[in-house]
Amino acid sequence: MTTELLIWLIPLPPVLAFFLIVLFTNKSKALSHSVGVGAAFLSFLGAMIVFVRALGVEHLGEHPFESSIPWLPTGETWLEIGVLIDPLGAAVLFFVAITIFMIFLYSVGYHNFGQPAGDHDHAGLPPHGATVHGHTVPSVEPMYSRFFAFLGLFAFGMYVLVISDNLLTMFVGWEIMGLCSYLLIGFWYGKPSARNAAIKAFMTTRIGDVFMLIGIAFLYSVTGTLSFREIFNETTLHTLASVPTGVLGLSAAGLIAVLLFIGTVGKSAQFPLHVWLPDAMEGPTPVSAMIHAATMVSAGVYAVIRMFPLLTAGYEGHGLTPEMTFVAFIGTFTAIFAATIAVAQNDIKRVLAYSTISQLGFMIAALGIGAYVAAAFHLITHAFFKALLFLGSGSVIHGMEHGVLHTGNHKVDPQDMFNMGGLRKKMPFTFWTFLIGGFALSGFPLVTAGFWSKDEILADAWYHHHYLVFGTLALAAFLTAFYTMRQITLTFLGEPRTEEAKHAHETPWTMTTPLVVLSFFAITYGWVGIPEKFPLIGGIFPNWFHDFVGHTLAEVPKAPEFSWIPLLTSIVVALGGLAAGYFVYRNVKTPAEDKLQIPVLKNKWYFDEIYNAVFIKPALWFSEVFVSKWMDKGFIDGILHIFGPITGGVGSAIRNYFDVPIINRLIGDGSADATWWVGKNLRPIQTGRIQQYLILSLIVIFVVGGLLYFFLLA
Amino acid sequence: MEFINDHLLSLILFLPTIAALIMLFLPSGETKLLRWFAFATSLIPFVLTLVLWNNFDPNATGFQFEEKYVWYEAINSSFHLGVDGISLSMVLLTTFLTPLAILASFSVTDRVKPYMMLFLFLETGMLGVFMALDLLIFFVFWEIGLVPMYFLINQWGSANRDYASLKFMIYTMGGSLGLLLAVQMLGVLFGTYDLLALYERWNSLTADSVLLGMSVGTVKTIAFWAFAIAFAVKVPLWPFHTWLPDAHTEAPTAGSMILAGVLLKLGAYGFIRLVLPLYPLEAKIFAGVLAVLAVGAIVFGAFGSFGQTDFKRLVAYSSVNHMGFVVLGIAAAGLAAGTADAHIAMSGAVLQMFNHGLSAAGMFFLVGVIYERTHTRNLNDFGGLFPLVPIYGGILIFTSMASLGLPGLNGFVSEFMVVRGAYPVLTIYTVIAMLGLLFTGAYILKGIKSVLHGPMNEHWAHGEHKLTEINTRELFVIVPLMALMLILGIWPAWLLEVINKAVVALF
Repeated sequence: MTTELLIWLIPLPPVLAFFLIVLFTNKSKALSHSVGVGAAFLSFLGAMIVFVRALGVEHLGEHPFESSIPWLPTGETWLEIGVLIDPLGAAVLFFVAITIFMIFLYSVGYHNFGQPAGDHDHAGLPPHGATVHGHTVPSVEPMYSRFFAFLGLFAFGMYVLVISDNLLTMFVGWEIMGLCSYLLIGFWYGKPSARNAAIKAFMTTRIGDVFMLIGIAFLYSVTGTLSFREIFNETTLHTLASVPTGVLGLSAAGLIAVLLFIGTVGKSAQFPLHVWLPDAMEGPTPVSAMIHAATMVSAGVYAVIRMFPLLTAGYEGHGLTPEMTFVAFIGTFTAIFAATIAVAQNDIKRVLAYSTISQLGFMIAALGIGAYVAAAFHLITHAFFKALLFLGSGSVIHGMEHGVLHTGNHKVDPQDMFNMGGLRKKMPFTFWTFLIGGFALSGFPLVTAGFWSKDEILADAWYHHHYLVFGTLALAAFLTAFYTMRQITLTFLGEPRTEEAKHAHETPWTMTTPLVVLSFFAITYGWVGIPEKFPLIGGIFPNWFHDFVGHTLAEVPKAPEFSWIPLLTSIVVALGGLAAGYFVYRNVKTPAEDKLQIPVLKNKWYFDEIYNAVFIKPALWFSEVFVSKWMDKGFIDGILHIFGPITGGVGSAIRNYFDVPIINRLIGDGSADATWWVGKNLRPIQTGRIQQYLILSLIVIFVVGGLLYFFLLA
Repeated sequence: MEFINDHLLSLILFLPTIAALIMLFLPSGETKLLRWFAFATSLIPFVLTLVLWNNFDPNATGFQFEEKYVWYEAINSSFHLGVDGISLSMVLLTTFLTPLAILASFSVTDRVKPYMMLFLFLETGMLGVFMALDLLIFFVFWEIGLVPMYFLINQWGSANRDYASLKFMIYTMGGSLGLLLAVQMLGVLFGTYDLLALYERWNSLTADSVLLGMSVGTVKTIAFWAFAIAFAVKVPLWPFHTWLPDAHTEAPTAGSMILAGVLLKLGAYGFIRLVLPLYPLEAKIFAGVLAVLAVGAIVFGAFGSFGQTDFKRLVAYSSVNHMGFVVLGIAAAGLAAGTADAHIAMSGAVLQMFNHGLSAAGMFFLVGVIYERTHTRNLNDFGGLFPLVPIYGGILIFTSMASLGLPGLNGFVSEFMVVRGAYPVLTIYTVIAMLGLLFTGAYILKGIKSVLHGPMNEHWAHGEHKLTEINTRELFVIVPLMALMLILGIWPAWLLEVINKAVVALF
């Protein structure tokens, strides 16, 4: 099979699984998950083959795997769609395939496959547990099959996005994921909170999407193509960069880049469209791991990486263009802002959610300052360790739910970290893998992947003299290490703080295996990108990542020169943050003892409240009152309803003042009256006497004869 | 066989009428027979349309399968029929939706015979508009279509049907008055109503010649607006749209399907077939005005829909929103005539007509399914129905997503093309229209949320109120629609190529 054909086939198994499960196998849980996991495995296999073949191609950047077909007739020409695997695509495909497959596998255990059905469970709500021999045990998810169907459709969307050679199909994948995100956040649609979170996610990202659609339309109309390889040639980019648009002084390239970037702001939950991601934690945890950490939110960053040549068109290497400044600002601000909120959250998944927003901010900031490879590197390492952390948190929650079922006290929130503590003994696999993930997130020096990728971003910022970005990101990195250690300390260290935590239970192999696999990558993936000039260990392994991914661009970006300042900064903030997190929270037992539960942080800087007052309520008023009541029913229908009375008025006027008096009375009744009057007055001559009649006849004859004579003969 | 080939259009056009007349002689009490007879006979035009599609040559320019008969010799109006890629796709939509609408009407038990007959008459009326190549014939069919629909709403509608049917009838007829006058004027001026002749002669008039004592420019401007207002009411454009929520909401389910699925397209088709070719200059001058009205429909349609608490009204307003995109595309094509932008915008507009026909018919049908069971359309009475009717729920989400324009389903392709075509020429309008696109999401999700999601609805879960799942007959109505939505989303080229070639030849 040619590689191109294989690339075309990669997204197909999951979507076939979706249809198979929805149409045929949904009654059988075992069959459905076999179909789902099997499909994910097939795609994984295909992706790995493609990846290995891509590694074997010399100068893959110049000669990528590509193939396209005409899809949409547009006037005299066709819009072509196709697949493309260049170095960036291959690298992304690699982590996407692994994380997706792992999450499919994990879902089997997470949804309690093999457990009995719950006594009171029904579709739309999380399972409540079943009673077996007087014990309460976890019960299987009632919509188990449906979950795998949705995951399959989601995986399809992600694969489509990654293998696309053009913006249009990329957008298709992007939106399909948006739909799946909606469906999966609202998976337990019976919970009002989940229902609202799903809508919030869809609508917030849609704000970005409509801007992106405009950007695509703009790009398409000025270049006549949507294919990456055709847009990113020097002449096109140069033209785009030199055409002014009159909007905020941006060039065409700049405006398009900003419009497309707003799509990313929505999808990757960047400020100010970040509000949906924390609420998205209402979905089942595998969903949080897959969609809201490893793949979909990464897709936003991936889109910016893809459009990097457009973003940086006209950038000479010094003095950021306005659009780059904008991107850098959004990313940097998001990184620090989300990190401050994460510090004050108590829900184990929400901490991770804000941490995801913050880390995506790092990548966006990196792209804004032109650090292409560093952004891609952090994207991939982050996907591994954040998926790991989410799955780990799911495992923790699962273990805690076990405890809750054991004690029967359903008031205890199994996601609140203050209800945990000491879980390291109960859940060793989860603990050690979570520790690896947490350290990678914190950027624990040398061994973890997160260190290398984060360090590269900081080094790049330093090297290009973006000191404000550098300083802010360093501070954000410190906070990251701090809240991560807070999380680990509260969850796993110390002694159990509740009865439930004492009875927590390690999760089944289907859940722990993915944890182990992902922690392997959370460590080793950093080693493929060690800078060559790094003291002592630099150059032992080649800086494969930089060489490989860097060649995606026509002009291979230079790695920043080694400097001690960013390196020491990375090490200090990571270790300092971890230490601070441990020592501050070592003895904290209740939220009241936590000094950092500051209201403004706890309440996420009041963004939800502000948006509600400024956007949502006015929109509701505008629709329900202004448009529906005032404009349509009041004003427009009001005008229409005037026509009724007017026509009626004219009609009755005609009747009352013309028809009735003149036609009816005067002409109609009047002629009858006149006839009657004449008849009545002629009656006296009808006497019945022959003589009188004869005389009358004679008179008439004389009169008529006289008249005739007078007029005709005379 | 040869007879069929030579008279394909007349056959498709009049078979429904003949079937309706035959029904006159069937016993009124045999409802089963009447239903199946109507359904079976409505399938014949569909099959013939497939033959038509198959024999149609998309590469040939001009109209095909033309038929011309003497009709009204005194004023030189002939019965002239013909189709090109644009009208062919509309004929396909009509003959495809009518059997489904009839099948959806199998639950009607009241006076089945006149009901089915009216539907068949309605089909002839609609098809006539799409096939007519003579202005007078166009107008005749345009008005004929109103009558059966009036009675369908007035006799089989829900509570507020008198008001709604009257508003529908009067508004459309009132809008058409100017159209009739303008048609007469053209006929008097040129001594013919034949469209092909008119295209040529009307546009060859030089600007300095005098007509009826006025300059050509003035006459054309007046005639342009006479045409445009008639079609704007039908589409409907903002602010002529308020008849639509009433009529759609009060009509019986199948009536709404056809009303939204086909009748609204008559207005847009009028713009494409008559306004743009007859008044290219005016279409360019007034493109901005049309675009304002279209964007008004898109934005206010979306907000209006979001503000409803009646499920059917919500769907009805969504038609205003979606048809706005059709006219935005038409306005852009009028403004940029002859360019690639115009071709893309216009092809997008025609495809959007087809797509909206599918999704609106589907949505109205699904509203009908739930209304038949619960006898309420109030969104506040629903919520939490998903666990009770999972299959229906899945279908509703699928159809809603098609309506929302989710990529991968049909609506996206056409909306994307309209946006792409309109953006370079009507930039600001297109950008404002995005606000409408955003709120399309809001009302669609509101519909899903209010009907399906939420804690399980105990009221409809047990006893006499127990909600039953969608049945097999209903599945036969909705599945073909869903299949087409998916096919057009994945591979739109089969339809779009036919449309596109006609558009390139015309504009």
